[in-house]
Amino acid sequence: MTDQAYNFAYLDEQTKRMIRRAILKGLAVPGYQVPFASREMPMPYGWGTGGVQVSAAVLTPEDRFKVIDQGADDTTNAVSIRSFFERTANVETTTKTEDATVIQTRHRIPEVALSEGQILVYQVPIPEPLRFLEPRESETRKMHSLEEYGLMHVKLYEDISRHGHIATAYAYPVTVEARYVMDPSPIPKFDNPKLGDNPAIQLFGAGREQRIYALPPYTKVVSLDFEDHPFDPSKADHPCGLCGAENSYLDEVITDDAGGRMFVCSDTDYCEDRQASGHRGKDAA
Amino acid sequence: METATLTGGFASPPIDAARAFRAIMEAMARPGTLHDLDGCTPPAPLAPATGAVILTLCDADTPIYLAGNVDCPDVRDWIAFHTGAPLTGPEHCMFAFGTWGDLMPLNRFPAGCAEYPDRSSTLVAQSEKLCPEGATLTGPGIQTQAQLSVPDPHLLQANHAQYPLGVDFIFTCGTQIAALPRSTEVN
Repeated sequence: MTDQAYNFAYLDEQTKRMIRRAILKGLAVPGYQVPFASREMPMPYGWGTGGVQVSAAVLTPEDRFKVIDQGADDTTNAVSIRSFFERTANVETTTKTEDATVIQTRHRIPEVALSEGQILVYQVPIPEPLRFLEPRESETRKMHSLEEYGLMHVKLYEDISRHGHIATAYAYPVTVEARYVMDPSPIPKFDNPKLGDNPAIQLFGAGREQRIYALPPYTKVVSLDFEDHPFDPSKADHPCGLCGAENSYLDEVITDDAGGRMFVCSDTDYCEDRQASGHRGKDAA
Repeated sequence: METATLTGGFASPPIDAARAFRAIMEAMARPGTLHDLDGCTPPAPLAPATGAVILTLCDADTPIYLAGNVDCPDVRDWIAFHTGAPLTGPEHCMFAFGTWGDLMPLNRFPAGCAEYPDRSSTLVAQSEKLCPEGATLTGPGIQTQAQLSVPDPHLLQANHAQYPLGVDFIFTCGTQIAALPRSTEVN
């Protein structure tokens, strides 16, 4: 019975209004990090408090809600956030990407292309792409306002001089509409090409760092690179062991202590769909 | 206090505000598209869509400016009862309401600062007519181009030229809204 004691979608109305205003300003200035008064949520920081607050502010009773954690619908984080909104917002939930209207994600973009009318909510740990280069917020604010992003290119260049290629594999920085450099949250760089020109609305929530930012549909998003070292959305050079998919993002799973391993799709819904329609990989039982 | 002041709000505030916000967000994310926004009956001259924007986004944290003939006792009392939003002048408002003509000139409103461009006003202009024809819009949220009956394109161009600074617009007409963020180019 405790569920009825909560307001719709858990948060109180004043908090939702504050988050909603931040989302609108975020959409008006794509890629710019809007400060917001993040609340304590009934889960620890790092478990998606920012994403949960953004989801709570956008959910309506008519929505079908999906949560993925590193692509999977069945991990602890995904299951608990899904049941949180089942209980507090009384929304339908689903694991099917195509059926969902709001998708909260930790560190992946679904393999299936999104469509108009869908909203993708990212959980963001560190929203500031320049933070590890410049720890002071006052300075990074200034750098964004002056469009001073040389330091980021130096970092990528140092990757090249040390490793021979840009070794940044996730949270790969992007430029939004030729203005703001944005951290796409720790999605693999394999997913970066899906950020731009996406028909869905993409919202980013960082709870601990108290920032919200957004990409409206069909926004131009470019991964930073160099003419002689163009951006490469790389992935493990294997097909999926279960469904045989050649162009999905793969997780490496250690299967024994004798060096055995298999590669499987990180997007569980995509993989199950393919298996259901008869696709089989070499490790499928 | 008049009965009209106390009535006309959302029937179920959390649910109605959630639905209204989705319409406002879709409008802001896809400039030029029209969306239905209803669920409340504010006093004249506020349109239902304008009333819904007030109930969904305004509260004691958001100073608002009422321009022209929307600044009347009925509207003031209704906003005070339903939202508690303080009234202020255009120089310090987060939201402004009125007809396009009454909201002019635009340079009175906060357009944000270089480090915090979000600290800018949102202008809610109530129009006689709102339809997907007229000026051509391009920019984030628009696949190729969109059309919207916006007033004074040259003022909107000047607003866009300040990007990332600038004010954002919501246009309302009866129970419909459309939005025009500062990121949209108007031709």
